Formats: sequence, C-alpha cells, structure tokens
Amino acid sequence: MANLKELSKKEEILSGGHRLCAGCGASIVVRQVLSALDDPVVVANATGCLEVATTIYPYTSWKSSFIHNAFENAAATISGTEAMFKSLKRQGKIDKEIKFIAFGGDGGTYDIGLQSLSGALERGHNFVYVCYDNEGYMNTGIQRSSATPRGAWTTTTPAGKVIPGKAQYHKNLTEIVAAHNIPYVAQANPWRWNDLIEKARKAFYTDGPAFINVLSPCPRGWRFDSKDTVKISKLAVQTNFWPLYEVENGVWKLNYRPKERKPIKEWMEAQGRYRHLFRSENEHIIKEIQEEIDKNWEKLLVKCGEK
Amino acid sequence: MSDIKKLGWKEIPEGGLIAKAGNSATYETGSWRSVRPVRDEEKCTNCLICWVYCPDCSILVSDGKIKGIDYSHCKGCGICATECPVKAIKMINEKEFTD
Repeated sequence: MANLKELSKKEEILSGGHRLCAGCGASIVVRQVLSALDDPVVVANATGCLEVATTIYPYTSWKSSFIHNAFENAAATISGTEAMFKSLKRQGKIDKEIKFIAFGGDGGTYDIGLQSLSGALERGHNFVYVCYDNEGYMNTGIQRSSATPRGAWTTTTPAGKVIPGKAQYHKNLTEIVAAHNIPYVAQANPWRWNDLIEKARKAFYTDGPAFINVLSPCPRGWRFDSKDTVKISKLAVQTNFWPLYEVENGVWKLNYRPKERKPIKEWMEAQGRYRHLFRSENEHIIKEIQEEIDKNWEKLLVKCGEK
Repeated sequence: MSDIKKLGWKEIPEGGLIAKAGNSATYETGSWRSVRPVRDEEKCTNCLICWVYCPDCSILVSDGKIKGIDYSHCKGCGICATECPVKAIKMINEKEFTD
C-alpha cells in the first residue's frame, strides 16, 4: 500500500501556479498518479482543462518532458514516442528506463480521441493512458460529452420545459477499453488515493498498454462548492455510480464494496447540475437512473466473480 | 508577479519554447483566494491527507512533516480543511488578514 510519508519525499512533477480552478479534481488525479513513479516520464496531454491550464504561455507546470498535441491524438503521440524510445534503446543510444503516459479528459478520450486510443491499445505499446473524467467539456464552458451522465444539466443539454437535462446514459469506457484485452485496465477515484496510486503503480510497471479511468469531480460544471471535491468523489463510489475495479490480464476484480449502497439521490442532491430532477415531474428519472445503476452493479459483481 | 518579462521577438526562443521546466511556480495564483487555510500545528498529526488531496501542490512537506502552506499558490478551495481527519485546518476569511 502507498505510504504518504515516503511519497511526499519524491520530487513533484506537476508544479504549483497552474491555472486549474480552485478545487479541481484533475490536478489531484495527476499528482496522485505521478507520485507512483520511480522513473523519468514523458507526458502527452490531449486538449482539455488540464492541458490549457498547465501550459499557459510563457509558463509550464510540467517538470517532466511534456508533449502538447491536439484533441484526438494523445494516444497516437505517446505511442510514437514510445516506439522511438524502443528504437533508440535497441541502437544502444539510450540505456535508462523511461515511462510514457498520456492524460486526456473525457472529451479527449470518450469522444474525440477514442480511435487513436483504440489503435494504440491494439498495437500494444508500452504506455499508460489516464482519463480524468469530469463528465463534460468543462474547459470550453460545460458542454455535454458521451461521459455526461443521464439527467445532468450542461449548456448543451439545458434543463427546462423541453428536456430534463441529458437524455442518454454515459458510455462505459472502462469496459470498452477492457474489451481490447490489454494487460491492465482499472477504474479509480481520487477519494481512494491509496487505491488510485496502487493502480497507477501497476499501470506504469505493467509491460504493455494500461488504462485507468479516474472520476474527476468538477466544482464549476457539476455545481458544487470547491471544498467538496473529495466528498463528491466518495459519494460516487458509495452510491455505486463509479465502482472501483480493475481487470488484470483478463481477470476482473472488485476493489471496493460499499457496506451499504447509498441511494443515487444522495449523489445528485450534492450537485446543482441535477437540481431540476427533484421537481415532481422529473422524479421518475431518478428512479430509472437508480434501476440502471443497480442493474450495472449486479452485472459487474458477476464479472468480478463476487456473485 | 513573475520573473518573466514580456519578451520581444528577438528574445523569444525559437518555436516559442519555454526554457524552464515547471516555471509556472513563479506565477502566483494565491491572489484568487478569498478564504485562507490556517493549520493548528498542535492538532496536526502529519497524516498528510491534506497533501495528497491538494489540487495546487500547496502543502509544503519536508521529511514527512508538514512545514507550512504555500500561500502564493493556494487558491483557497478548502479541500484540506474539509478532509482533515482531526480538523486541524480552519478556513479564515482573507479580510481578517493584513498581509
């Protein structure tokens, strides 16, 4: 298990002075993931909050090598870099160990970067991809993505008389990635920091592609107070909205089972983006979402051999 | 505000490269803050929960012990005070301070 005292002695790769919002989940995720490293790292970053806020010219918050690329090609960029590293190693021009990681938000991963991610996974490059999932295009002003959950308000799924927020359920990217049969896939959350850091360590030190999907609460887009970021991520796990599990060489394992499943209502009540669902005409939506979550949880239990 | 002056076109590195890694540390985001976290050293058990949850790398730790809070970068989100298991951090309105 990760030991905070030991981790705090390592030099941080992300430096302060980045311009992510107060209470942003993304930088918590990045700090926790990179703290698992013992080797130098090359970071590629898909366009998104993390990229624009950490690289505002003439500043950079990255103490590691960092590659700035477009929205859709973080996975392609990092796989090319890894291929070059392998070639240089073969030629004897480099002898140290270097790790490769790509960060993408849900826009750059679930939507725009999905094909380059799928390609890089299939080719079997030795890299880690971390999706920090804040469930929408937050950097451009809170538009819906395929990661936005059903019922949530965004500026492109505005809740009002016509529609009650987003109509569709969010896509299950972790399982889509698991279907690529890569060595390591996990779903994590910054509240369970020890679980996330352990997963990051496994991902970095697994030979071949590894993917971690991390829920990254967004105070601005989800409409909650910046002090509650960790509290919200805890609720996501306790309500089974965001189960913590991993798939290691095809074996599914549940990493956390809430003692008592909290109703999804509690996760929704804590966020302004679901406020409209508590009107009497929309209450059936909460019930339907609850049924969907319970159904998915049962399926996950079967996959993880818990049932 | 920072050590970077506005450079003329002759001084900008080729390709607009940023020559110093992690130089955003010279950019102060502390002015965004409206409430300030203040740590009670006697209550603090140095469990480092605040350190692992801080989005702004603002909990200063040396040799496993908390040495202070980096007010030049802390944005005052209040996660540290909310998550501290022994309630050793209080958020105090910036109006109470004169510095």
